[in-house]
Amino acid sequence: MVIERGEVANSWRTQRWDALRLLTPNWLSALPGFAYDGDDPHGFMTMPEVASFIDRYSVAIDAPVLTGTAVTDVRSVEGGYHVTTDDAIWEAPTVMLASGGFNLPHVPDIAAEVPESVEAISPLDYRRPDQLRAGRVLVVGASATGIQLADEIHRSGRPVTLAVGEHVRMPRVYRGRDVMWWISMTGLWDERYDAIDDVVRGRHIPSPQLVGTPDRTTLDLNALTSQGVELVGRLGTIRDGVALFSGSLRNVCSLADLKLGRLLDRFDEWALDSGVNGTVDAPHRFEPTRIETESRLSLDLCSGEIATIVWATGFRPDYSWLQVPVLDRRGRLRHDGGVVTGAPGMYAIGLTLLRRRKSSFIHGAEDDARELTDHLAAHVGAPVGAT
Amino acid sequence: MTTSEVPTDNGVNVQALLDARTALVDAPEAAQFTWRASNEWVRGTHSQSEINGFFGLGAEQAHRVATSFDADHPEIFASEDHGPTPVEFVLVGLASCLTAGIAAVAQNRGIQLNSVKATLEGDMDVLGILGGDPETRNGFNEIRVHYDIDADAAPEEIEALVAQSQKRSAVFDAVTNPTSVTVSVN
Repeated sequence: MVIERGEVANSWRTQRWDALRLLTPNWLSALPGFAYDGDDPHGFMTMPEVASFIDRYSVAIDAPVLTGTAVTDVRSVEGGYHVTTDDAIWEAPTVMLASGGFNLPHVPDIAAEVPESVEAISPLDYRRPDQLRAGRVLVVGASATGIQLADEIHRSGRPVTLAVGEHVRMPRVYRGRDVMWWISMTGLWDERYDAIDDVVRGRHIPSPQLVGTPDRTTLDLNALTSQGVELVGRLGTIRDGVALFSGSLRNVCSLADLKLGRLLDRFDEWALDSGVNGTVDAPHRFEPTRIETESRLSLDLCSGEIATIVWATGFRPDYSWLQVPVLDRRGRLRHDGGVVTGAPGMYAIGLTLLRRRKSSFIHGAEDDARELTDHLAAHVGAPVGAT
Repeated sequence: MTTSEVPTDNGVNVQALLDARTALVDAPEAAQFTWRASNEWVRGTHSQSEINGFFGLGAEQAHRVATSFDADHPEIFASEDHGPTPVEFVLVGLASCLTAGIAAVAQNRGIQLNSVKATLEGDMDVLGILGGDPETRNGFNEIRVHYDIDADAAPEEIEALVAQSQKRSAVFDAVTNPTSVTVSVN
């Protein structure tokens, strides 16, 4: 039984901004046995298209979904779990946590220091630029969400200051192919969690600076600077109403430029070894990130210059309903590739680098689901593969 | 299959550091350190500082030997110049932290260092500390660090060492990010 608090694909329908599209091209965005069949394989799905895609998948596999039902409590009992919903208690020998890693905005504690005259908003509440007041907007965070919101808010006539910490720079297209094609072909997507040096660090790598648009544009910091977006360092703290930014902006950009160089080296090596070199454009490198010498180190939030702060500082899962001691001291789920630690029969899916680098993407569900359902079947004593 | 390579030796025991990281992740309270310095006025702008004990791994610790430092201001500030200016100690702290980081990261990445030299410059408008201009800050307006590194590695790998060292440097963090400072008096 799949228990869904809203409709199928609920968060895609209700918690995403209007202009958002997937970061992965349509040809890649497949669920098990259910690939994109439209006429734009290189395009990127809008949110209504994603919702409809998942809806059609649930019909195609005849998924037993109980919609409009919120889980309010899960606890251990002899032989399994009690799953409490709005109107029932389910006895379940096994539970799969598929509620995702993006339920709540991860807003830093210093948000409490923002003066009342400044409006603060998280990406889960943001829909479109005209929802914001006129005036300059401080976007905190420069991963996929931050750069996309900085771009559309700045274009709306509200000038943007973007606070930039560590980030992952990626071009949309390299040597004529989508970066996701390179990541797929070089096997990066399939790198496993137990074959990675430092899986904790891997699970905290920020989302790449990418946007899915019909014109396949590259939206990096240079593109934002060219538009007139002001870059500042990571937001360190807010003291007496003054936002203080780190002086490390140049270094975080160097780190990202160097890392991008290593990624492209890897793509180029693969292209040479695999013999596709002649079928793609010539290798090239991108301009290093341009940083103004005098980036601002402080910004008085009480002066009226900033009307709005957007906290694009990441998301975290909501486990407030999970009454099983499976979280570590940071509130993170303890698990080994989705097999939850210390809770026999409990599994998780869809989290960042759960079993592979692709685990939190739509196309990453298939391999993880197959392996986890095999584990689950063995746990309940059913023949493997019979699920 | 591999040729007889000389193992990288920058004099950093990376294995001990990696083991310590693993141990401290499991015992986070032992990772709480307190660093200490004491300072006493001598005369004029001259003062003496001493470094010896610190707290870490759940216990009081001490350096192999205590060290004492004189600080003063130069004669053009009408001082007697018994030692470096305090802001110069900040540059020393930054340089020695980054250089230590470069050695450790290089060791971890199997890169042999042959020489690592840094020069540092910090720009300051002294009208700030003299109270001559309320718009001018007291501290550095900009710090520039330049490294000359000879190592058995490609230029990008050396650049990456320097970038990673900044990412993991305590003093780089302390200088580039705000820190709450409480000064009390008896």
